[in-house]
Amino acid sequence: MSAIGELTSMAKGRGRGGVREKHPDNKPALVFMAPWLLGLLGITLIPMIASLYLSFTDYSLLAAPKWIGLQNFVDMFHDARLMTSLKVTLIYVIVGVPLQLALALALAVLLNEGIKGLSFYRSIFYLPSLLGGSVAIAILWRQMFGTGGLVNQIAGMLGFTNLPGWISDPSTALGTIILLHVWTFGSPMIIFLAGLRQIPQMYYEAAEVDGAGRWRRFTAITLPLLTPIIFFNLVLQVINAFQSFTQAFVVSGGTGGPSDSTLFYTLYLYQKGFTQFDMGYASAMAWLLLVIVAIFTVINFFVSKFWVFYDD
Amino acid sequence: MTDQLTSSGPSRPAGAGAGAGTAAAPAGRGHRTGDQPGARPRRTRRVGPIVRHAILIIASLVMIYPLLWMIVSSLRPNTEIFRNPGLLPISFNTENYVNGWNALSQPFSHYLINSTLLVLGCVIGNVIACSLTAYAFARLKFWGRNIAFAVMLMTLMLPIHVVIVPQYIMFSQTGWVNTMLPLILPKFLATDAFFVFLMVQFIRGIPRELDEAARIDGCGHFRIFFRVILPLMTPAIATTVIFTFMWMWNDFFGSLIYLTTPDNFTVPLALRAFLDSQGTSDWGAMFAMSVLSLVPLFIVFLLGQRFLIRGFATTGIK
Repeated sequence: MSAIGELTSMAKGRGRGGVREKHPDNKPALVFMAPWLLGLLGITLIPMIASLYLSFTDYSLLAAPKWIGLQNFVDMFHDARLMTSLKVTLIYVIVGVPLQLALALALAVLLNEGIKGLSFYRSIFYLPSLLGGSVAIAILWRQMFGTGGLVNQIAGMLGFTNLPGWISDPSTALGTIILLHVWTFGSPMIIFLAGLRQIPQMYYEAAEVDGAGRWRRFTAITLPLLTPIIFFNLVLQVINAFQSFTQAFVVSGGTGGPSDSTLFYTLYLYQKGFTQFDMGYASAMAWLLLVIVAIFTVINFFVSKFWVFYDD
Repeated sequence: MTDQLTSSGPSRPAGAGAGAGTAAAPAGRGHRTGDQPGARPRRTRRVGPIVRHAILIIASLVMIYPLLWMIVSSLRPNTEIFRNPGLLPISFNTENYVNGWNALSQPFSHYLINSTLLVLGCVIGNVIACSLTAYAFARLKFWGRNIAFAVMLMTLMLPIHVVIVPQYIMFSQTGWVNTMLPLILPKFLATDAFFVFLMVQFIRGIPRELDEAARIDGCGHFRIFFRVILPLMTPAIATTVIFTFMWMWNDFFGSLIYLTTPDNFTVPLALRAFLDSQGTSDWGAMFAMSVLSLVPLFIVFLLGQRFLIRGFATTGIK
């Protein structure tokens, strides 16, 4: 299925086309592909190479880039804020993504049981994931988890008074942003729902005849057959989560505070590159991000051999 | 590039089918009628649906409550927002909307127009560039196609941050910083690989016989594309339009970097400027403008849901 499936099957050499295919359409292809090729070169590849070069320089936009070798990378290891931002981002990814996917899976399974009003529930659950990336929702979050915000008002009605502001307390601020991520479980849920549709009904019927209960059917049929889709969601959500920016930026007012507790990696990168205009350092940070994301993706693919079940 | 990965990650349907389809699941999984031979009657059979509905209703309420509360609060006087966590009574105090509309250096309509222009440019760019590219990947046989396709898929996963610094330098040299060009131009160069992939999948599903028939009638690739493929791929185009709209309407990271003066602000930047200038003093007005900024998304979501589902049902999952 989908992008990741295509890549894996290509890597396995199962891509379509023979060894020596003829290329009768080279000329029209050049015209059709021209925008993409230009974009690949001008918007992606050349900037990538340029940013790799800049990561070895000291560059502030004002003077020409000065080659400083590995200095940026050495500095990064001694940069306490960078380490904090890595920690914050890792916690966000490692806690937020599994929580979001677990909720998405649970509700998809619940919705898939031929329930009435499926499309209504599906819309309700999906809506937050369309709005979740907006500044408007981040503003709402800031009020909700503020000192006198909605959450504390409701808590007060239940008898918990004098609670601190969740976003102004360094120990809970990140939690509120993780919660916002979990709130947007709708899009992976939709993908799970589509996957659940592909599981042949007869498997369940056979299992039922054999006396398998609801839980057994879930663990023995649904879960194994859904592992490719869980994997697909996992890879994508991990990549996305590493790049989260808007919510932490708006909720913390651009600072990553309180006490750097919501200093996401991308937020720190933005501060370095676009408020301090330390472009060399920001480029080095961008490449570290790419390497980290790539490592996580490779680990995901590697570990997938042990738990993803392909029914082909 | 892959703004969709950064700006609004969560909204990504991610190539896999939001195949969700209509409620036409294999009829009644879980709603077994109970009269099948050999099916043991179990208590869950009657209680199950009620429990499930109860869980789903509570979950829906929790999910949607913050949104409802924000809408209701945007119509309340400021003092009430911090006093009433409930939805009732519903008041119709439009003062917040008036205050919010005029809170920044320009009336809010200015930012709405800016956002509309940005979205419009990006939608046009994505539809044209991605469909051309997708046709080549799906239908043409050319040198290096498989490699190009793999590269395209990999750019899906490339963090925008890796290229943003040199891009910024490049666009500052062309004098385009503080215009919308750095945000719109990449769309005309098919850098949103997600949509290219979506359209490739869709075109692969269109019977090749149609192309062949057109070719026998003497059509070249351009006429096949415009006369045969393009009209047939409206669901995929609708999906592209809707998602481009949603992502660019919400776009923050790129806009924050490239749009520097308040006159060029889009809605998300205006909201953020509002938040910075007001601190925590005028939540009512801020809620009012936030709600206003979400209205177009709601409308597109309601109108477009059908297209989204149709667009994805035919792509994504094999």
